[in-house]
Amino acid sequence: MNTPVSSIVLVLVASLIGSLAMVLLKLGADCHRRKEPFSRWISAISGGIALFLVSSVLYVLGIKGGSLTILYPMVSTGYVWGLLWSRMFFGEPFNRHKVVGLSLVLAGVFFIGLGQG
Amino acid sequence: MLRSSFAAPTSATIDDLSDSVLQSEMGDAAHQTSLTSIGLIVLSTISGAVAQILLRFGAESLGEGGLVGLLRNFPLMGGYACLAMNVVLVVLAFRGGQLSVLYPIIALTYVWVAILSPMYFPEAITNSQIAGLALIIAGVSFIGAGSRS
Repeated sequence: MNTPVSSIVLVLVASLIGSLAMVLLKLGADCHRRKEPFSRWISAISGGIALFLVSSVLYVLGIKGGSLTILYPMVSTGYVWGLLWSRMFFGEPFNRHKVVGLSLVLAGVFFIGLGQG
Repeated sequence: MLRSSFAAPTSATIDDLSDSVLQSEMGDAAHQTSLTSIGLIVLSTISGAVAQILLRFGAESLGEGGLVGLLRNFPLMGGYACLAMNVVLVVLAFRGGQLSVLYPIIALTYVWVAILSPMYFPEAITNSQIAGLALIIAGVSFIGAGSRS
């Protein structure tokens, strides 16, 4: 099955937006834990849910049009963005466990795509 | 930074302000990921996988019976309910742990979907999928173990 560039771009953009959705959910969760006003945490969480919805629509559109062997590794770029954002926005350090563990997860997603392709 | 723009207080006293700054310093940078958070995120992956299966069932009978048919499409509605529960569980999990630890654990969703799909749909699990599932479980365990040490 041929995978058009448009599918690849859709899935990459969906993954990026999905990772930003997680950032907003984390932000909202932190605001809630710090007992900040309702308006503040609810707006972050609503923003997260909105991005999550946008990301799922783009994801479904992208996945429909191509081979999962190619597209599943693109899906998992979201996890790499997530590691980057968690350091940039929340000051969470990288460590060996996170990097090795994430590499294993990425390899796993690749193999699942291979199996369905 | 995103957090500082959100942390700008509107109606907080100086005491509240210093309190929240102190809490955020202790609570975010040096924050360890609790076992409760890891448990919650694992539960969220189960509800996420059930949602995917239900939505797939729902999609098969999509477009029958107009709007009433849509509302009576119980797999579809159940799927959305599971998705909503998924978001609630993710937020609860994120309250007590690092994003960089909890986010990759969400990949467990693939494992549950791969186990559940052959039970409900005519498809077989392939060898490379089994290899992929094993790698994901190993990776997630590694990240989880690292967060405890």
